[in-house]
Amino acid sequence: MESTIHTLQEYMLHTENITYLLIVAALIAITFFYRFLTEKDDDEK
Amino acid sequence: MSDEAATTGKSLLTPFNVIAGIIVIMGLFITVMRFTRGLGAVTNLSDYNPWGIWIGFDLLVGVALAAGGFVTSAAVYIFGMKKYHSAVRPAILTGFLGYAMVVVALNYDVGRPWRLPFPFIVQQGTTSLLFEVAACVALYLTVLFVEFSPAALEWLGLKRARNIIIRLTLLLTIFGVVLSTLHQSSLGALFLIAPSKLHPLWYSPYLPVYFFVSSIIAGLSMVIFESTLSHRYFKDKMDAAHLAEKDEVALGFGKAAALVLAGYFIVKLIGVSQGNGWHLLATSYGAWFLLEMLGFVALPCFLYAVGVREKNLKLIKWTAAWTVLGIIVNRLNVGLIAFNWQLPSAERYFPHWMEIGISVFLVTVGLIAFRFIVTRMPIMYAHKDYDETT
Amino acid sequence: MSISRRKFLGWLGAAGMGTALGKKATAATNKHFKGYANSNGVLYDNTRCIGCRKCELACNKVNELPSPQQSFSDMEVMNVPRRTTAKAYTVVNRYDGIPGAKGPQYRKIQCNHCLEPACASVCFVRAFTKTPKGAVVYDPSVCVGCRYCMVACPFNIPAYEYDNAFSPRVMKCTMCYPRIVKGLLPGCVEICPTGALTYGSRRDLLKIARERIRRFPGRYVDHIYGETEMGGTSWLYLSAVAFNKIGMREDLGVTPAPQFTAGALSAVPIVVGLWPVLLGGIYAINKRREKIAQQEKTQAVDSALEKARAEAAGQLSAAKQKAEAEKTVAIEKAVSKALEEEAEKSAAGTADTRAEDAAKKSSEEES
Repeated sequence: MESTIHTLQEYMLHTENITYLLIVAALIAITFFYRFLTEKDDDEK
Repeated sequence: MSDEAATTGKSLLTPFNVIAGIIVIMGLFITVMRFTRGLGAVTNLSDYNPWGIWIGFDLLVGVALAAGGFVTSAAVYIFGMKKYHSAVRPAILTGFLGYAMVVVALNYDVGRPWRLPFPFIVQQGTTSLLFEVAACVALYLTVLFVEFSPAALEWLGLKRARNIIIRLTLLLTIFGVVLSTLHQSSLGALFLIAPSKLHPLWYSPYLPVYFFVSSIIAGLSMVIFESTLSHRYFKDKMDAAHLAEKDEVALGFGKAAALVLAGYFIVKLIGVSQGNGWHLLATSYGAWFLLEMLGFVALPCFLYAVGVREKNLKLIKWTAAWTVLGIIVNRLNVGLIAFNWQLPSAERYFPHWMEIGISVFLVTVGLIAFRFIVTRMPIMYAHKDYDETT
Repeated sequence: MSISRRKFLGWLGAAGMGTALGKKATAATNKHFKGYANSNGVLYDNTRCIGCRKCELACNKVNELPSPQQSFSDMEVMNVPRRTTAKAYTVVNRYDGIPGAKGPQYRKIQCNHCLEPACASVCFVRAFTKTPKGAVVYDPSVCVGCRYCMVACPFNIPAYEYDNAFSPRVMKCTMCYPRIVKGLLPGCVEICPTGALTYGSRRDLLKIARERIRRFPGRYVDHIYGETEMGGTSWLYLSAVAFNKIGMREDLGVTPAPQFTAGALSAVPIVVGLWPVLLGGIYAINKRREKIAQQEKTQAVDSALEKARAEAAGQLSAAKQKAEAEKTVAIEKAVSKALEEEAEKSAAGTADTRAEDAAKKSSEEES
């Protein structure tokens, strides 16, 4: 299923759909990464 | 105030209760009208003016004035200003109730409110700024609810659940700031699509930036304003720490508000320049724009600065109220007054009394909920069983 | 597409499958989109329009709209300018007394079927679709009724059923989409007795319009409204007078509507990506500053204690020394000078350790 994009609206819809998925993934990922980065600091204390 | 009456079994017929009761009855009456006869029966909305005060006031102003939650929690938990800790819970509560009111108001405004989850579960219109606003408001309402819940859990004595949520404070605060940045700015960005309808002095590619920056001003001012009112009516609910930090909060937040107002004034000015709107300042809309800029941005900026320099708490408090009014003026300008400015006056919008009635009703319900909560839960005092600084 | 299938696709979309995988952004390299190549449109030539309102009548019938209070043969209604409503997808307005015009000028209003519709861009449930045929169609089965489309439309076309409490819809011209997919003409085009309306491929309509302007330069203003307005519309207009004289805005510009929000939309993921970094960083810096401040405080307390301890020790030993000295003075007479020196030395030594013990004790108590 492959189709060419004809309108700006369609193009933006396509990119925004992917962007929103990335946003959700990024928020979850950064949370765990921050935890990974700092958890040893907490142990020190 | 009148809660004393309720708890001591005295008459419930205090002025607040009587007025609130009348407003609630009126609100319920209009609610029935709205949902049985449709929008046309209770609003002055038209094909030219699809958005009235339920969007212009309830949504735009409501969200801006509920910004105190993210501003205060960010100041305390991220920027490490622990001396403002006692301001966090009242600000979170105000924010939570504000957003709750916004969501309820949207149920009145949209044509088929039972479909409000459709953008998420049926078909995603991701190119719409409104999709982003809807997603962020829904998520942020949840975040605010969780942030508020420790107070309720302490009240209910659910220690373990409370401690789990307290451990999430940093995560919730950062999420709150991210979500607030996004939807506060996107509310301004909603109008980017209509350069032909919004007056060029208010239309600017910077609209999202303006809305975000002014939401910080709104949040800071609302914290001071709310604290002033709370001190008057709920003084007996405040503990020593709260009372001691109160003035510190007013001074610190007033100082921050003065600085942000100064920045806001500068970027607004740059917006006029970038839009080459200088000549429009000489028109009647220009006069109104100048009044907003000088009377509701420059003036409070200066008054806050004087108040902070002279440690004049009274001036700071009055300035906070004035700034809140300025935010209302700004949001109504963008949403209603400068919108559709080119239409003949016969086609312009003025709210139906029942639209105003619903807005007043929702604010009243918010106040009643606020009073119910602060007179029962540890909002303005630390619960004796818990170390509130954690 | 049945409801259940759409719902299923909706869920897929929510799970990130639907459009994310189904499209290949072949045209993404230069981000310039020319629209559907063979989309259709309608050309309205105002010089041929006689204001008979037949198009309004046909539209009303074809779309099964409620019949109006005043009949379509009543020309009085054109005394005031009208707009599209939930009960009229198209209206014809009359403009009198335009300088330089031969008699009254007419203008038909309906959805312009933009090439890049603002309504589709702003709809958060994608209720509007620009079809390859050219028509912009609306799907009431997903519409929430937020009316953002009406705010966004630069031509003020969509109308709302405000009086419908339970299933209000946005109402606008569909270019008779159900008819054109069957190969029929839009209702208004079919009925037009003067040929003021021409339905066809937009590309051909532009050629026809240019040709008319070329052949009758005195009859038309040299502009095809809709060719570039808001990025272009499927409905095109020719006029004998300046378009703003017949209520059409000439200040809309040529930017396609979705472009206005592209910047704000693209800022969203940047905020999501960088805010946690910024805020987490500020938090970490403050935490570290607090830690250092704490360390410095402990150090300061320690050194102050040290100092106090040393001072106390010094004072004590001095006092002891003095006391011992007085004592020795008292027994001086009884012992020899040599013994006296010996005794003084040893006494000072024990006093030192004793004083230190005392200082330690007191510091422990303090802390």
